[in-house]
Parts: sequence; C-alpha cells; structure tokens
Amino acid sequence: MSIDNSIVRKVGKLAKIKIKESEENKLLDELNNILGWVDELKKVDTEGVEPMLSVFNESMNMREDKSDSKFSNNLITKNSPEKKAGFFVVPKVVE
Amino acid sequence: MTDFSTIDITEAKKLLSQKKITATELTEFFIKQIEEKKGLNCFITKTFDIALKMAKESDEKIQKGSNLGILEGIPIGMKDLFCTDGVKTTAGSKMLENFVPFYESTVSQNLWKNGAIMLGKTNMDEFAMGSANTTSFFGNVLNPIRSDNQKDLVPGGSSGGSAAAVASGQCFAATGSDTGGSIRQPASFCGLVGLKPTYGRCSRFGMVAFASSLDQAGPITKTVSDSALMLQSMCSYDDKDSTSSKKLIPNFSDYKKFDLKGKKIGLPNEYIIEGLNEEIKKKFDQCINIFKDYGAELIDITLPHTNYALPTYYIIAPAEASANLARYDGVRYGLRENSENLDDLYQTTRASGFGDEVKRRLIIGTYVLSAGYYDAYYLKALKVRQLISNDFKNAFKKCDLILTPTTPNVAFPIGEKQNDPLEMYLNDVLTVPASLAGLPAISVSAGNNNTNLPIGMQIIGRPFEEISVLAAGSVIELSKV
Repeated sequence: MSIDNSIVRKVGKLAKIKIKESEENKLLDELNNILGWVDELKKVDTEGVEPMLSVFNESMNMREDKSDSKFSNNLITKNSPEKKAGFFVVPKVVE
Repeated sequence: MTDFSTIDITEAKKLLSQKKITATELTEFFIKQIEEKKGLNCFITKTFDIALKMAKESDEKIQKGSNLGILEGIPIGMKDLFCTDGVKTTAGSKMLENFVPFYESTVSQNLWKNGAIMLGKTNMDEFAMGSANTTSFFGNVLNPIRSDNQKDLVPGGSSGGSAAAVASGQCFAATGSDTGGSIRQPASFCGLVGLKPTYGRCSRFGMVAFASSLDQAGPITKTVSDSALMLQSMCSYDDKDSTSSKKLIPNFSDYKKFDLKGKKIGLPNEYIIEGLNEEIKKKFDQCINIFKDYGAELIDITLPHTNYALPTYYIIAPAEASANLARYDGVRYGLRENSENLDDLYQTTRASGFGDEVKRRLIIGTYVLSAGYYDAYYLKALKVRQLISNDFKNAFKKCDLILTPTTPNVAFPIGEKQNDPLEMYLNDVLTVPASLAGLPAISVSAGNNNTNLPIGMQIIGRPFEEISVLAAGSVIELSKV
C-alpha cells in the first residue's frame, strides 16, 4: 500500500504535527519505504490468531476510586509554559 | 588519586566495607572523570552537588554500619528518561529541554534507597527512538572505544550516554531502558553487560513512556556480577504501574550458584541472518564451544517468525508512541510555540519540539492506527506478535536458554546509516524479538574483532528467569576470547 501527499497531510493533522511543504516529499518517500517494508507482514497467515495486546498476564490491581493526590495545583502547573492561579492557560477557544 | 575506573561495583563494595575508601573519594574521582571526558557528551545534566551530598550520607551510614543499601556509596549515571525530583529530565528532546519533574521514578527511587549516588543524567536518543544516539537534541554521544582506523564511532542507542559513560570510566554503572534493544545494543557496541529484565520486573512509573507494552528498565554495567546488584536495586512491585509484576524477586546474585551443566541451550538458525558480520559469526561459534565445555547441551531450535519481528515492532512501537507522545501539547509542560489558535499551537509546538526521527515514528504510528488502516497494519502486527511469542514458548519447551549474537554488526562510524531510516532499524533485528515476547535477555561482551571493536552475545531466557540468563552471561564473560 503506498500513500500520497494528501494522506501525509491528513496524518500530520491527526498527529497534530505541522508538516512544512518543503518537508512533505521527503517524508512521503520515507513513509512509503517503511510501509512497503512492513507490508511483509501480509505474507504471514494469522487466521484464527488472537491479537496480543500485552505480554503481561498477571491480574491487575484495582484501587479504590478516590483521590490521593499530594500535589498542589501550583506544583502541577509548575512546568506549564503559561499558567494563572493554578490553571493551565490556552488561547481562547470560544467566541 | 587512585584510579577507580578499572574496578567494578563488586570490588568497590568490598573496599568501602573495609573502609579502605570512602564514597566521597569515589564520587570525587568520577566527577573528575566526567569533567575530563566531557568531549564524549555522555551527560545531559550533571548533578555533582547532589552526588557529593549523597556520598556524605553514605559515608555516615557506612561509618555507623547500619541500614546499608545494596549499592551504598556507589556512583552511577541515570538515563535521562527517568524522572528525578527537582532535576531536569529531558528524554533527549527539545520538547522537554526545561522540564523539571516534581516526583521521582520508582526505579531511581529504589536505587537511591539502596545507597546509589547520582552523578548526572545520561544522554540518549530522543524519546529512546534510535540505535546510535544520533537523534538526541543534545548531540551525538561518542563511543570511547575507537577502532584501529581512529574514526569516531557511535555508542549505540538509545541508552548511548549510559553505555559510553560506563565504558569510559565516568561511573560504575548506569540505568538504561530497552524497548527494542536500547540496553543490549549499546552494551554490545561498548563492550559491556546490558540486561533487559522480564517485562514487569522494573516499574515503569516515572519513566518517560515510549511504547508501554515493550518499555523495560535495566542496568548497563561492566560485569555480570554488577548487573545482578543493579537489577536487585532497581526492581520492585509497584502499585503505581499497572503492569508491575508481583512475582517473587529472587536474589539475583544467586546466578553464581546456578549450574549450567546439563542445561539445554537453543541455537535458532533464523538468527544467522544474511548480512551477519563474519567475525561475529565466528565469535558465536566459539561461544557455542564454550558452553559445550561447561557441560551444557546445545540444540538447534527454530523461531520461524523471526523475520517478521522487526516490521511487527515498527508498527506496534510507533503506534504506542503516537498515543503516549500525544501528551506533549505545549500546554501542561514542555515547549510551547505560541499561537492565537489552539490547534495551531499544538501543531507548531510539536513540529518544533520533536526531531525528525520522532516525527517520522509518530506519523507512522498515527497512520497505522487511523480508520481504514488499523486492521491491515496494527491488528495484523498484534497477531504476528502473538505468533512470535508462541515461537519462544514452543522453543522453551525444548531448551532452557537461547544463545544468539546481539547485533548483526559492530559499532559503526558516526554519520553512517543516516540517510535511510530502515538501515538504522536493522541494528535491532536480533534484539527486537525478545522484546516483543517480554523475555529477559542479556548482552555480554565476548571479546573484540580484528580492529578491536567489541562483539556482544545475547542470552534469552524464560519469563522471570533472569538468574539463568545471568549465569549463562557469566560463562561468556569468563571465557572472553
């Protein structure tokens, strides 16, 4: 399966990564190379095989659904590029 | 000043307990080494003040002789993807250039509890995506080992800073993380011991995530004995990681009592791939004979889906990465490229904060998970992963351990394999299958090639049987030719 520029742009949007026009063709070639190579997998007969989501086969612990945060808002927003009164700040999204 | 770069942790522990040296002396020695060897670019952040303070505390404990940890007074390097409270943690990325965690990863916490001393945070491929340490935002790491032709070589990756730091005597040991070979491959390129434990042995809490179903922390050390000590100090059951194992943690140093006599060691013919370096093949054959001399039984086994492991990995790992790295949005932490529009803010932040290899993998990962392609790529890869895992299960009915080379080639010059991503990916062809199956695997240096570059051999074991893996590794170590 090979992809074209429109798919590169679409996937770039889904991945929320701006792709410059100047980078698009190089990326397209690289992606087609990689996808052509992973296409090898089509040769494998996987009829009746269950997908393996994890190698972990122990039961997972459930914890009580209660807050146990010892971190203050100030600490949590400490690394934020823009914050105000313990909140994260983003550009206005509603008019 | 005494030269501590030639001894290992096991010896240093002895000298410390006999009070012949102090943790402060050790720490001062390594600080000097780090300053002298900064040209290798092993550390992103140096934490000398913290190190000296930790050393002082260790010395006080050693004086009193109480509450001593397994690594009391031992200076180490911490890969820069383990979050360290109050110390910058970058994961080798511009995105996290100024990120200072306010919590500690469980693995690093365990190490400090056991008395280890943090010299600094080691360089790595960006978000652990790379096999040569050439994708770090903070620059290449150089392999301290040079071939006879004197070119600068890569240390391997992604734990390249950790491996180069240990190999050049800048610390006794360092932590690494292995998603597809990121501990074993650099250990192999730098002539060291690199252990990827069973998936679930070490907690992933506070480890910057790449591909959560594969990521596993482990040690890079000079010797197998040190590897056991480091692993002992790193692992624990942790309720902050949903895939942390509750299995009993043995005394890993018991590998010294493990007898390989009569044990069956499997040799998968699928690992003797086209393009396997001749000298590596020769060394592999020598290792087979060494195990025979130890009384082990060598048998041929088959892992029929080995050829498909690498493409499977390059679907699953990028897919998981695309989900994990969605958190870098320029809002909560990390870099932000400002914009009037929120969506544009996300897109420009991520375009500017991630390097080329990371972007490539995020785009691939997003593509294979997107509507219309999910079944053909991602679901297919999960099924092939099951077949690869079944191959190992079947093999381990016939044998106790599996012996293979770690890498198809020795360390290569910086600048090579940079034009075609696939060429770089092939570095991991022999390490990725064990990662997909979550199995413990070690790389131990088996000696050098004719230009003096180290060759690593890999031992793969059954889940949670790190002891037999270490035992087999020590056989290779002892008979290094």
